[in-house]
Amino acid sequence: MRLSPKQLTWQIVLYGVLVVLALIYVYPFLIQVVTSFKTDEDAASSGISLIPDVWTFAAYERLFAHSDFASWFVNSAIVTVVVTAGRVFFNSLAGYALARLRFRGRGVVFAALVAVMSVPTVVLLIPKFLVINQLGMFNSYAGMILPLLVDAAGVFIMKNFFESIPVSVEEQARIDGAGTFRLFWSVVLPMATPALVTIVILSFQGSWNELSHFIVSTNDPALTTLTKGVASLASGQLSQGTQYPLKLAAALIMTIPVAVMFFVFQRRIMNSTEGAVKE
Amino acid sequence: MAAHASPRRGRASGLRRGEAVAGWLFTAPVIVILGVFLLVPVLMALWVSVSDWAGRGSPLSGDVSFVGADNYAAVLADGGLATKDFGTALRNNAWYVLLVVPLQTALSLFLAILVNRAVLRGRGFFRTAFYFPSVTSSVAITVLWMFLFSASGAVNDVLAWFGVNGPNWFNDPRGILHLVLSAFGADAGPAALTDGGMLGVSWWDWFAGPSIAMSAYILMAVFTTSGTFMLLFLAGLQNLGADVDEAAMMDGANGWQRFWRITLPQLRPTLFTVLTLGLIGCWQVFDQIYTGTQGAPGKTTLTPAFLSYQTAFKNQEWGQGAAIAFILFVIIVVFTLIQRWALRDRPVSRRRIRAYEVAEKGAMS
Repeated sequence: MRLSPKQLTWQIVLYGVLVVLALIYVYPFLIQVVTSFKTDEDAASSGISLIPDVWTFAAYERLFAHSDFASWFVNSAIVTVVVTAGRVFFNSLAGYALARLRFRGRGVVFAALVAVMSVPTVVLLIPKFLVINQLGMFNSYAGMILPLLVDAAGVFIMKNFFESIPVSVEEQARIDGAGTFRLFWSVVLPMATPALVTIVILSFQGSWNELSHFIVSTNDPALTTLTKGVASLASGQLSQGTQYPLKLAAALIMTIPVAVMFFVFQRRIMNSTEGAVKE
Repeated sequence: MAAHASPRRGRASGLRRGEAVAGWLFTAPVIVILGVFLLVPVLMALWVSVSDWAGRGSPLSGDVSFVGADNYAAVLADGGLATKDFGTALRNNAWYVLLVVPLQTALSLFLAILVNRAVLRGRGFFRTAFYFPSVTSSVAITVLWMFLFSASGAVNDVLAWFGVNGPNWFNDPRGILHLVLSAFGADAGPAALTDGGMLGVSWWDWFAGPSIAMSAYILMAVFTTSGTFMLLFLAGLQNLGADVDEAAMMDGANGWQRFWRITLPQLRPTLFTVLTLGLIGCWQVFDQIYTGTQGAPGKTTLTPAFLSYQTAFKNQEWGQGAAIAFILFVIIVVFTLIQRWALRDRPVSRRRIRAYEVAEKGAMS
């Protein structure tokens, strides 16, 4: 099909706008990658160029040899893995109960969850510290992990998914004598893989990128996560001068796990966000 | 979790009883964790906000006493430093909301419309490019942003191509509206504006606009959130039937008219979601400020969320910190309600729809 001159012009304008916009969105990350391999002077003098004077791994060496970066990474990994596993299990348990099991008080539980979702997290900084402190969990993995272990939004995603599975599937297993937990664990949960993947992605991203909760639940350097550590780098606690390559390298390494996650599950991430609104 | 009552005998009742136990057991972890780390904390903080707790021992111990609305008064009414800081933080954040919410909404809708075309080549690439900043952490993005907007950074390099001498972004406390006014020779406000004020901040300073430093944060917020909201708009666009649009096209409506009269009204629910999420998010700016400027320069990047943290954890003024958090909570709720009211389905528009339907039926018969 041939385009008329007017349509052709429109096509060119459209692609032109898209390319410029994409450049604006992508270029900062290219700068980040390249700058992490520059020397401090080079980074400070030519902020926009994508070709370093000399390629150097100095920033990475410093990061791993002369800072606690590795321990920050391990802490983030521990928290993220446990939180993600916990959310998958507890959110789907509760989601299943709210979708399928009839019990007195279900409506109240559901209403309470809706109310909880609307509380802005930043407002909870001081309150959370107070309770964590009161329970003697300040400066412990328990204090870092437990409060993040469930989330109301995840329960909703699971509930909606379970409601879309036909009841007849469970009836058969029930007649065969399966108990409720058995039914949930071996029959319904395996069918929920798409929803579970959504929960995994969301909680991985959420807990890996979490900052404020770790600020108020710890001050022990041994428990510093990547977000906290990199934030302290940014405000220059470890260094004199700007040290942009070091900071950008730290931020880059921090981005890699979520970026990998993103590119592996790209299709699903795009769809899950769409699905969340459609409901 | 043990196996639950087997529902062999007395099917209905046994089953129900088993279900009730299972239901509570299944939801117990969520109820307990959210209760302990959400509900109890809020009640405790509510107490702290009306007490003189100074951070030592338990806030529930006998040494801590009730001080009524003192903490709230210090923040809202007595005109001291606490009030002035809160006023400044509120001013900064209000400008942030005022600029970020419309900009991110318009940009994300624009992006969604661009990448929604079925025939677009490289559609996946463009969507990925626009969405990627949304998955990265706010800490990482802030670090990158502080580099891009440094005095000799990429942004100023680009500005230099156009002969503009860019500012030292994150160190510049000048308000952009004040800058615009001083370009017209107005360097100081009229007495009417400088004499009066609210929360210890003069009217003239309320209208300073966001500082240059805050503007860099504003651009960052638009950059990182437009991808998420683009996806929401894309979902909305894909739910629209093509028939109405086609009918309008047959009637000779041009692209612009179709967008304003057909597409946008149908996107109303998505628009509501995007605006609400945007408003709630924008009033909670914390991570970026903590990672970046910590309120500097000249307190022009102070936000209520960060101020609340700083007041409590750094200055050990726990009561005031908690009070600020609750005031912020109220602000967020009020804004959400206002917006819900502004975007409600007006009976007028329904009547108009009915009028159209009648006209259509008349035309068909």
